[in-house]
Amino acid sequence: MSLALIVLLPFIGALLPVLMIRAGRSACATTAFVFPLLALVLLLAQAPAVFRGEVLVAAWDWVPALGLQASFFLDGLGMFFAGLILGIGLLVIVYARFYLAKDDPMGVFYSYLLLFQGAMVGVVLSDNILLLLVFWELTSLSSFLLIGYWKHLPEGRQGARMALTVTGAGGLAMIAGMLILGDIAGSWNLTDILREKDAIQASPLYVPALVLILAGCFTKSAQFPFHFWLPHAMAAPTPVSAYLHSATMVKAGLFLMARMWPVLAGTSEWFYLVATTGLVTMLVAAGIALFKDDLKGLLAYSTVSHLGLVTMLLGFGTPLAAVAAVFHILNHATFKAALFMNAGIVDHEAGTRDIRRLGGLLQLMPITATMAMVAGASMAGLPPLNGFISKEMMLHEAVDTSWLGNGWIVAALATLAACFSVAYSFRYIVHVFFGARRDDYPHAPHDPPAGMWLPPALLVVLVVAIGLFPDAVAGPLVAVVARAVTGGAVMDYHLALWHGFTPALGLSAIAVAVGLGALVAYRRVRALWHAGPHPEAKAMFDAFIEGAAALARGITHGLHNGSLQRYLAFALGAFTLAGFAAFLAAPHEAGTRALLPAHPAAIAAWLLLVGGCALTVMLFRRRVLSVLVVGTVGLIVCVAFIYLSAPDLALTQISVEVATVILILLALYFLPKEGPQSSSVRADPLRHLRDGVLAIVAGIGMAGASWAMLTRDGTSLSRYYLENSVSGGGGTNVVNVILVDFRGFDTFGEITVLGIAALAIYALLDGALFGRTGRRLGAWSPDRPQSADRHPMIMVVATRVMLPLAMLVGAYIFLRGHNQPGGGFIAALVVSIALIMQYMASGFGWAAQRVRVNYHAMIGLGVLVAAATGIGAMVLDQPFLTSTFGHFHLPLVGEFELASAMAFDTGVFLTVVGAVMLALANLSRMGRWTSPYTINTGAMDVDPRATSGKEQG
Amino acid sequence: MEFLVASAIGVMTAAGIYMVLRARTFPVVIGLSLLTYATNLFLFATGRLAINQPPVIAADAAAYVDPLPQALVLTAIVISFGMTAVVVVMALRAYLETGNDHVDLPGDASPEAAEDDWKLRARKPAPAPTRGGRGERA
Repeated sequence: MSLALIVLLPFIGALLPVLMIRAGRSACATTAFVFPLLALVLLLAQAPAVFRGEVLVAAWDWVPALGLQASFFLDGLGMFFAGLILGIGLLVIVYARFYLAKDDPMGVFYSYLLLFQGAMVGVVLSDNILLLLVFWELTSLSSFLLIGYWKHLPEGRQGARMALTVTGAGGLAMIAGMLILGDIAGSWNLTDILREKDAIQASPLYVPALVLILAGCFTKSAQFPFHFWLPHAMAAPTPVSAYLHSATMVKAGLFLMARMWPVLAGTSEWFYLVATTGLVTMLVAAGIALFKDDLKGLLAYSTVSHLGLVTMLLGFGTPLAAVAAVFHILNHATFKAALFMNAGIVDHEAGTRDIRRLGGLLQLMPITATMAMVAGASMAGLPPLNGFISKEMMLHEAVDTSWLGNGWIVAALATLAACFSVAYSFRYIVHVFFGARRDDYPHAPHDPPAGMWLPPALLVVLVVAIGLFPDAVAGPLVAVVARAVTGGAVMDYHLALWHGFTPALGLSAIAVAVGLGALVAYRRVRALWHAGPHPEAKAMFDAFIEGAAALARGITHGLHNGSLQRYLAFALGAFTLAGFAAFLAAPHEAGTRALLPAHPAAIAAWLLLVGGCALTVMLFRRRVLSVLVVGTVGLIVCVAFIYLSAPDLALTQISVEVATVILILLALYFLPKEGPQSSSVRADPLRHLRDGVLAIVAGIGMAGASWAMLTRDGTSLSRYYLENSVSGGGGTNVVNVILVDFRGFDTFGEITVLGIAALAIYALLDGALFGRTGRRLGAWSPDRPQSADRHPMIMVVATRVMLPLAMLVGAYIFLRGHNQPGGGFIAALVVSIALIMQYMASGFGWAAQRVRVNYHAMIGLGVLVAAATGIGAMVLDQPFLTSTFGHFHLPLVGEFELASAMAFDTGVFLTVVGAVMLALANLSRMGRWTSPYTINTGAMDVDPRATSGKEQG
Repeated sequence: MEFLVASAIGVMTAAGIYMVLRARTFPVVIGLSLLTYATNLFLFATGRLAINQPPVIAADAAAYVDPLPQALVLTAIVISFGMTAVVVVMALRAYLETGNDHVDLPGDASPEAAEDDWKLRARKPAPAPTRGGRGERA
């Protein structure tokens, strides 16, 4: 449990700083400090067991079906990295408290920092590689937030985007690599995978997996040619740079290479990929670092160079090189974090980090200068500091390595990189702190408050302590980590300052001499450097991104040109093709089902339907006519339902038909009544021909499919419904029983959808009354002459008489629905139409003043009533929507039946009435809105303009 | 009878597809209505055709037609009303927003989708109302 807690504590802590900032900056920093501290204490409590050589494991199933387990394990390597992350994290939290300015949002900063910290700890402690990948992506995301923390700086935003793009792309490659690896090993757990060295290296997929995983590691650890994002990420606040780019994030790639070392290393592919990349990175970055004038830029390239050094050591594939790699990770973390904080102090106190504007700070900032000298000397690899020891080990390994049969090239290039390293380290010390004191510093430089120099001072103490007593201070740790990295290989090594006169010592001496010489002749060396070509990585990256975006834009716009006609033609064409392909692949014998005779009336109806369809197509630009013609087609479908034993469907269809025609005509009041000439057949015959062919082919397909189905018998589960309708549902109208009982849940979902649709309509129409559309509607005038008889008397009288009758019919249809054709849906439609007739007869304003029903509430009430019926069943320990019924006797009325499904049907009724009325009433409300004339006070009236119109006309 | 139903489904599908492919919103709505009829009739027909066998339990009934497709189609009719209403209102709102009822985005494929009827028609005086109610051709 405590393992998971170590990972979780930073995440829990991440929630608090944003809240605690209200209590002040110190309280905020303290809160942020406590959680990593607790996690570090928990980690150290496990340390004795780890030093004894135990591997602690904790696992919980997360998504077992995917093999995803929340499993963690702690061995030497994990403990080492977790300790670095948490320990340096604590120092950075203290440092940041004093570094951040008053108007920087500190709570957000600490939340991001802890989020990142949790992700990093998760990476190093995960056992399950899928979990590891999740944390890995989380480090990319949270570092994006940290790098872009100063949102007002364009460099910060660009740097954050570049870092996310590069490390994110590498992360994607790594996901693929890890999946291959897990597949080869047959397990998602590292503890299992690390035992499968032979199987993995023998697999034909070893090389792809290796390349993909290395792509993730190299991008994360800024290896050449992916190194360019790291210097740009220096736009982040210095605490972020110190944390992410010295101790943690960039080390994640190294960590993973070390973690996978036992199973991936030792092959020639590994050697040439990893060692070469590391060597090139070390050399190139060290060279660039010497000529950087920005302190943080210098340190950034130096970091890239040292990451290359460690990568190269891991790439050598020998256990001793792995020990050196581990040791250098530790040493680099100490001196580089100290130097980053140091650069931040100089920037903070002197007001610039441009080396050309600095110099002579030794007397002004003695503490800062001392720390810079010690940490810088360690970076240069001078004795008696820790950087010296691990560099000696590196040179020793380099001397022993041959590359493509060449025995000296690795050592030579490594020494050259070491020369640069000495030169830039001393440049940092000499050009900033020595030389003449200047009088044009942007600020008056002085040593910072203790809170800012104590954290780096602690690291500097470590630098010296490890340098003087390597075996005592770091020996046990290096031993246990090296055991974890190498998988328990036996090694003979000795951490010490003095190994006698070795070739490595000689190379070190050369490096120091050449490096110092280069610094003395810095002007000339720099001129030489500037004479050469300097490819600018950022420009190339930007050009690449721009090219990729242009390609994507081209493809998207090419396929997706905004033409609905085109999309629909493609989609319908594809459906048709798929249908015909399926038809051709299937047997083609004729069906054997006995056919029904065709009644002459049926043939007449068929002729009407076909004629209606043809007229619709021909009249498509005459819109009012086409609504009427389509209405007749709908009526014939309705007649077909009656004839073919579907009375419920016929009732529903005819009432929906009426409501639809009213709706479309209301909308047509505002829409153009005729299609434009440009869409006529004559204007574009080819398009019409194409559409016509597609339509006819699809129509033939549908007719054929229907014919094939109708001439064959099929199996159906309706027997169950027919047998259980009366006994189980208490109703003889099986269709209604299915709706409100057997499949009540479907119906419940359906009325919910209908209610949402009505609310969407309301939103669309209500929003149209404001803004631009509102102004347009305000200026609206009808495009056709209007009848002067606004509210004709005959219609008003007829609808008034019909209203109670229609209500009665509605009630009747509702009540009989369970046993005879009818039910909530149909009753609701009948009642809605009766109501909307009142609006039509006397106008929206007049009717709205008399309707005291809130249709929104009605929809909600309907859904709630239906839900309550279902929940009622749950209260009685029955599944949702179980129905019950009983027979009751009332005097005079006689025996009658009540079913709980009736209450459900009431819910359906209310929702449908509410939805239909909300849609129709709001359309007519819009018509009322555009009318400049008064609301009629009487139920029937004449257009007040009629007289004036007559005078004019 | 089966032939009549099958061919009616085909004819309505063909007409519906042709209308759906038109350039203006209104024919598209009409086309969707036609496709809805065709689809509902097809779904209904999956229960096979029967005359005078309504699925209402009665002592003297010899057989019943399959009730399940009917229940499905009943909800489909109501839902398609909801769909038509939303599409119609969207067409209306789009017309009010953009000033034209073209279904495409303005672009190379359909330049006329960029026209704005509201500007073309700006401030034309309203036609005077007439007595007698035959406004259309007066």
